[in-house]
Amino acid sequence: MGMTISEKILAAHAGSEKVEPGELIEVEVDFSLANDITAPIAIERFRQAGAKEVYDAGRIAFVPDHFVPNKDIESALQCQLLREFAVEHKLTNFFEVGRMGIEHALLPEQGLVLPGDVVVGADSHTCTYGGLGAFATGVGSTDLAAVMITGRIWFRVPASIKFVYQGNLQPWVTGKDLILYTIGQIGVDGARYRAMEFTGPVIAQLSMDQRLTMANMAIEAGAKNGIIAPDEITRVYVDERAQRSYRFYESDSDAHYEQVITYDVNEIEPQVALPPSPANSRPVSSLDEIPIHQVVIGSCTNGRLEDLRLAAELLTGRRVAPGVRCLIIPATQAIYRQAMDEGLFAIFLEAEAAISTPTCGPCLGGHMGILAPGERAVATTNRNFVGRMGHPESEVYLASPAVAAASAVLGRIASPEEL
Amino acid sequence: MKLSGKAWKFGADIDTDAIIPARYLNTSDPEELAKHCMEDADPEFAQRVSAGDIIVAERNFGCGSSREHAPIAIKAAGVGCVIAASFARIFYRNAFNMGLPILESPEASADIVTGEHLELDLSTGVIVNKSRNLTYQAQPVPPFMQELLATGGLIPYVMKTRGNPKTEG
Repeated sequence: MGMTISEKILAAHAGSEKVEPGELIEVEVDFSLANDITAPIAIERFRQAGAKEVYDAGRIAFVPDHFVPNKDIESALQCQLLREFAVEHKLTNFFEVGRMGIEHALLPEQGLVLPGDVVVGADSHTCTYGGLGAFATGVGSTDLAAVMITGRIWFRVPASIKFVYQGNLQPWVTGKDLILYTIGQIGVDGARYRAMEFTGPVIAQLSMDQRLTMANMAIEAGAKNGIIAPDEITRVYVDERAQRSYRFYESDSDAHYEQVITYDVNEIEPQVALPPSPANSRPVSSLDEIPIHQVVIGSCTNGRLEDLRLAAELLTGRRVAPGVRCLIIPATQAIYRQAMDEGLFAIFLEAEAAISTPTCGPCLGGHMGILAPGERAVATTNRNFVGRMGHPESEVYLASPAVAAASAVLGRIASPEEL
Repeated sequence: MKLSGKAWKFGADIDTDAIIPARYLNTSDPEELAKHCMEDADPEFAQRVSAGDIIVAERNFGCGSSREHAPIAIKAAGVGCVIAASFARIFYRNAFNMGLPILESPEASADIVTGEHLELDLSTGVIVNKSRNLTYQAQPVPPFMQELLATGGLIPYVMKTRGNPKTEG
């Protein structure tokens, strides 16, 4: 029997001909990362272990992105720890404010994570890089410290679930809608410990930005990784960025899947996930009138150029509704620059939206857009748990940039069709 | 290793933002984190929990972020063990890496209610509900994890195995 793409990547990095679901293996790690919340603990563990050197100073990225630009003294201290460690260990990839971007947008953009890689990050959305055809998964800080020392990690090989998307995408339906719909179908533990493999003619047509969005939210279904087989779209994206060689893997035709789930995307309309679970997704047209106070367009899920273009398309010549605060957060400096050069900022400013420097900020209730009790936000982010964007009595509704922009204009959760 | 304590029952899909909200993650000090443990699921938990108490939850405990602050907060709050019908993957790893005992038992999770007195033996996976004289069997700890625990958690394990030359792959 053949192997899935996830199994092939793991086997290659374990030095094995073949691996099977459930098997415990130790693999070589191509790239690892941590942020300003998770790196401080990893650094502490690194020192506790008596380690003197990192395994490879070129393959560990520290990206302070969550509470930066430093929101308070404690956050400044955490970033200082990262900075000092990066200098001490000569880490090539430490990204200071001004060069920094949200880690899962930045590392693919910089060509630091590539197809065929095993990537381990002390951040649950590390699974984003599966959009490039890498095996990428989130771990805790202690696991990351071990990787920083040894360049290796143990895994239990996940069984794979294959998702096949067929049909034609309806107007305004994006990768975000597909993944929200999928999580709504299988639940927040529907792929627990599993590899989610996204396939089918619809995926083959998706842009790299949208593929990264889909893989990004695999963790929201409990998955170990999400993955999309690399193709020409991938090649075009990585060729101009790759800082080392890479390899394309694909699933064998006789690979074993625990489940194969097929969706007809003709049936899928723009989705909104109601609080407090990403699995509470509904067609936007099925919702009653839900007034909102804030819109956030950004994050590692939907802060890329295509997302900003989509928002701009809907905001052109329109205004954010009175009583609504619309925050737009380009995910990296390069995206920020490109959006500005394309004139998107003028559109956002004319619409009376605010534009922020890259930060995870409001997505996790850190800063730059915290909600008061009773306030409601539509966000292109990935989690709508209780208290996620601020007060425990505030609410987050997850949606695509198109739904978020339409909602900003109408002051309630709205479909782009309504504009 | 035997533990005993009072049960605190929680529902399904308790996420890491409920265990330790991100607004408190500008520090990794265990004592500070413990003050806010489970705050968005039960605002009074951190004040009322006693040393050795046991969290009992339904399926998918610890879903969401990779923050190791979650098991750190639970352990620093004095919780002796978490029993759940199932655990989210990253939380599961983090708990072992931190030395926070966890047991998987859908049966115990479905039956135990807040306030009941529990006794459990990590080596056998047997959980005894002393309040109602009932016994539940938890899933045994996988062999690899037993080895990891035997060496004292991940850091001691790394110290023991460090020095493996990295091979190109």
